[in-house]
Amino acid sequence: MWDNELFLQTLPVLVKAFVQITLVVTVAGAALAAALGLVWAIALRELPALLGRPLGFVLDFIRMTPLPVHLLVVYHGFTQLSGMTVGIIVFGVHYSTYMSESYRAGIDSIRKGQWEAAKALSLPASRTWRAVILPQAVRNTLPSLGNWAIAMFKDTPFLIFISVPEMVTAAREFGGRHFSYIEAMTVAGLLFLVASYPTAVLMRKLEKKLAY
Amino acid sequence: MPTDQTTPPTADGGTPRIRFEDVRKKFGRTTVLQDLNFSVDRGERVTLIGPSGSGKTTILRLLMTLESLTGGYIWVDGDPLTHDRRNGKRVELRNKEVAKVRKRIGMVFQQFNLFPNMTVVQNIVEAPVHVLGQSQEEANENALSLLDRVGLRHRADAHPTELSGGQQQRVAIARALAMDPEILLLDEVTSALDPELVGDVLRVLEDVAASTDITMLIVTHEMQFAKDVSQRVMMFDGGKILEEAPPEQLFSDPQHERTQKFLEAVV
Repeated sequence: MWDNELFLQTLPVLVKAFVQITLVVTVAGAALAAALGLVWAIALRELPALLGRPLGFVLDFIRMTPLPVHLLVVYHGFTQLSGMTVGIIVFGVHYSTYMSESYRAGIDSIRKGQWEAAKALSLPASRTWRAVILPQAVRNTLPSLGNWAIAMFKDTPFLIFISVPEMVTAAREFGGRHFSYIEAMTVAGLLFLVASYPTAVLMRKLEKKLAY
Repeated sequence: MPTDQTTPPTADGGTPRIRFEDVRKKFGRTTVLQDLNFSVDRGERVTLIGPSGSGKTTILRLLMTLESLTGGYIWVDGDPLTHDRRNGKRVELRNKEVAKVRKRIGMVFQQFNLFPNMTVVQNIVEAPVHVLGQSQEEANENALSLLDRVGLRHRADAHPTELSGGQQQRVAIARALAMDPEILLLDEVTSALDPELVGDVLRVLEDVAASTDITMLIVTHEMQFAKDVSQRVMMFDGGKILEEAPPEQLFSDPQHERTQKFLEAVV
């Protein structure tokens, strides 16, 4: 049955695991995913088919295979890397393939006339992307990127596959030691909610602020 | 150095500003332009008229390199625009070479196509700073005087979405002029505007026509405007020039029945 004492004891343990591991992997992984995703989206549009096709295939492959498999392959393939590093890289690369699709949709939503106006002004490709297309496309993409970041955040318990003691692993251990899981798991769930919800609200605010 | 050796000289002995030579354009299996030949002199203003689908907008888009030629050549001041003739062979130019000639050409679109993420003045200085290498101050000063000219200096810091269609189009004209083009392409620039906003835009263009020697190619349904600014009107039908003449002559005494019917329909 529910034990208030245990509930209070588990809080600091899980908050610590949450801050030190879950948050670090999420923030670093999401930043990596957002940056790489943009690179993929632009590369798929600008590269000749000879290079673009293989890149597209690799991205499809990553997107269509399970995250835990990637974690295990990279973890055991590159033993010199720490679990945290593997986590950040794998989460970042995996989610970059989703985010690149979001960017692509954002880029596709820019009307043809914008590209044509840029060309009529002789703007070079780099300037067209940076000054004209991306400021508009990324604004359209932000809500979707935020959703992917939250999805990634909720996937962090997969780190258990490579023995990184993130929050849910910590909760399981704590529950095992005290022969009661409900308190620790409730705290873990609440912490996820406490972090996800304000992020979602923040994204919505940001989106409004960026509207012109 | 002009590489086009075959261009006949213009009346005053110079190279024409624009020359289309055997230009062909197909979209898929549809032929839009068929073996088109014509020249435009320096400073000349030519209006292209004709039913929709007759190929007039395609001509502007080919000049702006927004479409690629299927066959033939376009020469600008005797320089090849996208394809050159080398040792009798048709050679496609590299992007860098195309960019050099394209810089001399500006275009104003039916849908304005201002950049909504920039203010009015940012829209105008973007290309002068990043293409022509002007300093920010120089480009700004120039932009403000252009805005004066189109009557919108007070909206310099507004965003395009805050402006009416007519105002947006005047900004787009200023943006094109900021690049100091030798050739200005006007593609149905008043077609998307509410009728009461058309006048302001046409007045601005008449002022540009009167005060500069920019060569203009105009696609429009505003026949009075065509009469006021252009020296020549070309009537297109089915991707060919049906007839061409000074506006007074073509409008009052069209030689082809097709032209007559078209003019009756638009006036």
